[in-house]
Amino acid sequence: MQDIQYAAPKTIDEAVALVAGANGSGRILAGGTDLLVQMRSGMLSPGLIVDVKKIGELTRISEEGGGFVIGAAVSGAQIGEHARLPKAWPGVVEAINLIGSKQIQGRASAGGNLCNASPAADSVPALIAAGAIVVVQGPKGRREMPVEKFHAGPGRSNLTPGEIVVGLKLPPRAAGSADAYLRLIPRTEMDIAVVGCGVSLTLQNGKCTAARVGLGAVAPTPLLVEEAGKALVGTTLDEAALGKAAAACRAACKPIDDKRGTIAYRTKIAGVLLQRAAKIAADRAKG
Amino acid sequence: MGEHRYKWIGTRPNRPDGADKVTGRARFGADFNMPGQLVGKVLRSPHAHAIIKSIDVSKAAALPGVKAIVTSKDFPEQPNQIVSAGEMLVNLRDITRNVMAREKALYDGHAVAAVAATTEAIAKEALGLIKVDYQVLPHVIDVEAAMKDDAPILHDHIRTEGVEPKPTKPSNIAKRIAFAKGDIEAGFKKAELVVERTFHTAPVHQGYIEPHAVLASAAEDGQVQVWCTTQGQFTVRGFCSRLLNLETSHIRVTPSEIGGGFGGKTVVYLEPVAIRLSQKTGKPVKMVMSREEVFRASGPTSGGMVKVRLGATRDGRLVAADCTAALQAGAFPGSPVGQGCMCSFACYDVDHIRVIGYDVVSNRPKVAAYRAPGAPILAWGVESAMDILAQELGIDPIDLRLKNAAKKGTKTHYGPTFNTIGFEECLQAAKNSDHWKSPLKPGFARGIAAGFWFNIGGDSSAAAHVGEDGTVTIISGNPDIGGSRASLAMMAAEELGIDYTKVRPIVADTSSIGFNFLTGGSRVTFATGLAVVEAARDVVRELKKRAAKIWEVEPDAVVWENGEAKPASTNVGQQEPLSLAKLAAMAGKTGGPINGHGQLNAQGAGPGFGVHIVDLKVDRDTGIVVVDRFTAVQDVGTAVHPSYVEGQLQGGAVQGIGWAVNEEYIYSAKGKLENPGFLDYRMPVASDLPRIETILVEVANPMHPYGVRGVGEVPIVPPMAAIGNAVARATGVRMLDLPMSPPRLSAAMDAARPKMAAE
Repeated sequence: MQDIQYAAPKTIDEAVALVAGANGSGRILAGGTDLLVQMRSGMLSPGLIVDVKKIGELTRISEEGGGFVIGAAVSGAQIGEHARLPKAWPGVVEAINLIGSKQIQGRASAGGNLCNASPAADSVPALIAAGAIVVVQGPKGRREMPVEKFHAGPGRSNLTPGEIVVGLKLPPRAAGSADAYLRLIPRTEMDIAVVGCGVSLTLQNGKCTAARVGLGAVAPTPLLVEEAGKALVGTTLDEAALGKAAAACRAACKPIDDKRGTIAYRTKIAGVLLQRAAKIAADRAKG
Repeated sequence: MGEHRYKWIGTRPNRPDGADKVTGRARFGADFNMPGQLVGKVLRSPHAHAIIKSIDVSKAAALPGVKAIVTSKDFPEQPNQIVSAGEMLVNLRDITRNVMAREKALYDGHAVAAVAATTEAIAKEALGLIKVDYQVLPHVIDVEAAMKDDAPILHDHIRTEGVEPKPTKPSNIAKRIAFAKGDIEAGFKKAELVVERTFHTAPVHQGYIEPHAVLASAAEDGQVQVWCTTQGQFTVRGFCSRLLNLETSHIRVTPSEIGGGFGGKTVVYLEPVAIRLSQKTGKPVKMVMSREEVFRASGPTSGGMVKVRLGATRDGRLVAADCTAALQAGAFPGSPVGQGCMCSFACYDVDHIRVIGYDVVSNRPKVAAYRAPGAPILAWGVESAMDILAQELGIDPIDLRLKNAAKKGTKTHYGPTFNTIGFEECLQAAKNSDHWKSPLKPGFARGIAAGFWFNIGGDSSAAAHVGEDGTVTIISGNPDIGGSRASLAMMAAEELGIDYTKVRPIVADTSSIGFNFLTGGSRVTFATGLAVVEAARDVVRELKKRAAKIWEVEPDAVVWENGEAKPASTNVGQQEPLSLAKLAAMAGKTGGPINGHGQLNAQGAGPGFGVHIVDLKVDRDTGIVVVDRFTAVQDVGTAVHPSYVEGQLQGGAVQGIGWAVNEEYIYSAKGKLENPGFLDYRMPVASDLPRIETILVEVANPMHPYGVRGVGEVPIVPPMAAIGNAVARATGVRMLDLPMSPPRLSAAMDAARPKMAAE
């Protein structure tokens, strides 16, 4: 049996040093809603737990030049109650707020949802659509990467040893922009996405001038579907354009048959959700 | 209905166990602890089907903190003998093998060894050190595959029963049963329309929130105490007595409060293992299953195949009804196929009926009872076929059922002739309901289906103890899973003529009350209720005797009214009435303590019928079913405590909705259960459901003083077909297989689209 060490550093540098010194047996604790469940089920037995909730930068939402930086350990409930963030990024916020129940929302963080690296993570397709940037710090300093480059496979990220996620940057919004996230679950609550779809777009004079689409649970990692975004840009989001974007989503799917859905079903639903989410985002963009 | 002849029956007082449950004081299975207790853990087979060549426990036994290890060698061999367990029958030879695998592991999760250690961490580590040498065998999961000639055979000794000539080769078909009434072929010759379809259902788990848990303490003198969550402390005692060769009087089983059972806690899994570990170590041993263990190793109900053929005349009269069902039993014989076959056409008065059933083993956990075991599977087929018939004949589905409804005097295909039953009354109540009369919302469709369950009686004992202040303790021996303590206390208060708050009901351990058959079969309020009524009447007899003694008259010159002894007539003389409290205070001077007893085998359980109505819509793109309105109508005999009766109807309907739309066991190609948890075994959550409306039809059971019928099981029988029938009317697609999960329903609609467009 192995003893578990617990540390709650006050600075990012300390946290990085602790994780880097743990030789791979260190785990970050933010809300703990994945970590503790995995430990209890025997999937994980870390030697060191580094609680990052005492680090200022990781636990606040800051606004920079019209954009936002969400600290990696900020809870879903804090994000949902922020004065300006839900208005600017309704799709990102609704995606984060779908993680778990009300009680879980008080703990679970967007950073944790990202690092857990589930292909079905609710926040990730919305963050991909939003063009969010992950801020990472490690023994070699700080770096940034687009959300869609963060995952390496189910349960695996592209963090190098000792690196931790510090925050998520959301860019400034052009006028007429909005986003939306939809997921399909067989029940209405307490479930994991069979497919998740985030759409972020900008409308000017009724025409779509920019669009990004993120898909979850249809491949080993969440996907940026560039072809779907392209299919929407330059259109009025008419049925033909939505149909083309839906087809692009279906084409991007590389899902598996598992207990949560079949290949055929997931592929079909990716297109259905794209159309529905795009319509919601467009309605929001029109105000 | 309406007329209140009673002071307490039909009212809604608080339940006696309510305060403890809402404050957290109530103790459930895992809440019992003793000083010095050890933690017991079970090693489970990772294989669906494998010969256990050897088990090496030496490394585990050497781990510091490990106090004992048991395998099948620690449990005596049992005879090939059937005993009853609730509404199910179990074979002692099989149950000892289910508790601990012997020659073979027969399903993923099958117990192969168990450890008792000082801590949970040590116990878990020890499990990892036990080396089991398996020879993996080909396995079979599904019922129809298991019936094939070339299927892997689970048990070499099984020869299909009920087949002539007696087969010589082993088979996974343990039994064939048949029921017949009239002449089926003659019946079909009269048919002007025949509907024939084959349906399937998935096995579903009872989904009780509380996992199996036990604390066992075996003392040096051989006395054994057990605290556990169970639907029958006497059943636990009986099984442990048989499986461990202990005398029943040496085992004292105390049932905890129970966090749901629904039939699944009528058998034993951990109890004999915990006792054996306690015997070997001399320490109390506590064992609690994880949710994963509950799913992998405790019994769901069967999945099955049901082929239904109905023949009718153009005016909607059923002339022939035929069905063949094959039900999964799990790893050992004993599916509820018999009960299912008996329920199949019980709702209908048909001259020519034939029902054939097969009990089939496969590499899944042994099934256990689940609310009306077997009936929902058959009803899915029969009630769906009835709806097809109604559609093809252009007859209202309630009218079609009214036209063919079983009533008093109808002879069933399985033998009995119905006494007073309330099926027609239920159909009329459904037809007159606000739900049925309300127009459908745009985009929604409506379905109905009916259901039947026998309900049972059986052995019950009860005692009524009068305290020195005249309050009364009602002692019975059935774990309270549906508000039975409240109902029993209400019947006692009614008999004794005293306030409900002066009656305190308790559930006693096996050494503190006479034998009670388990809580199941919707029998407690009926059968144990009869025993309580007997015990209360015994008290009243004694009270009258005491008053007679005080007044120096004969006991029959005393009457008991409104909680008081009164002179039977003025001839007896002017006497101040003597209250129960007064008589209790004087008991020492009039003959000692005043107690009553009731013990009986209750006969005449009143069969129950129900009709469910559902409004739903189907998302055409995703296949998601949205249930908008649901009404459960049921003949409940007399609703002793209407809130708890309504709760039974609502709970059954909800479990049925889950069965219909999402619940299923998903196995990998290697026979491993892939969804052993509530995340992926999708029972409905509150936000999936509308408020379940209830209509209580009260057609009194003539065989009970208060007209009680069991109510707990009927409500899980109709929901699946009600939903399937509504889905068919909403989409034009008739679903034949459960669950109607989003991927399946979506695929079925997509497959039907070109065909429907062409039509």
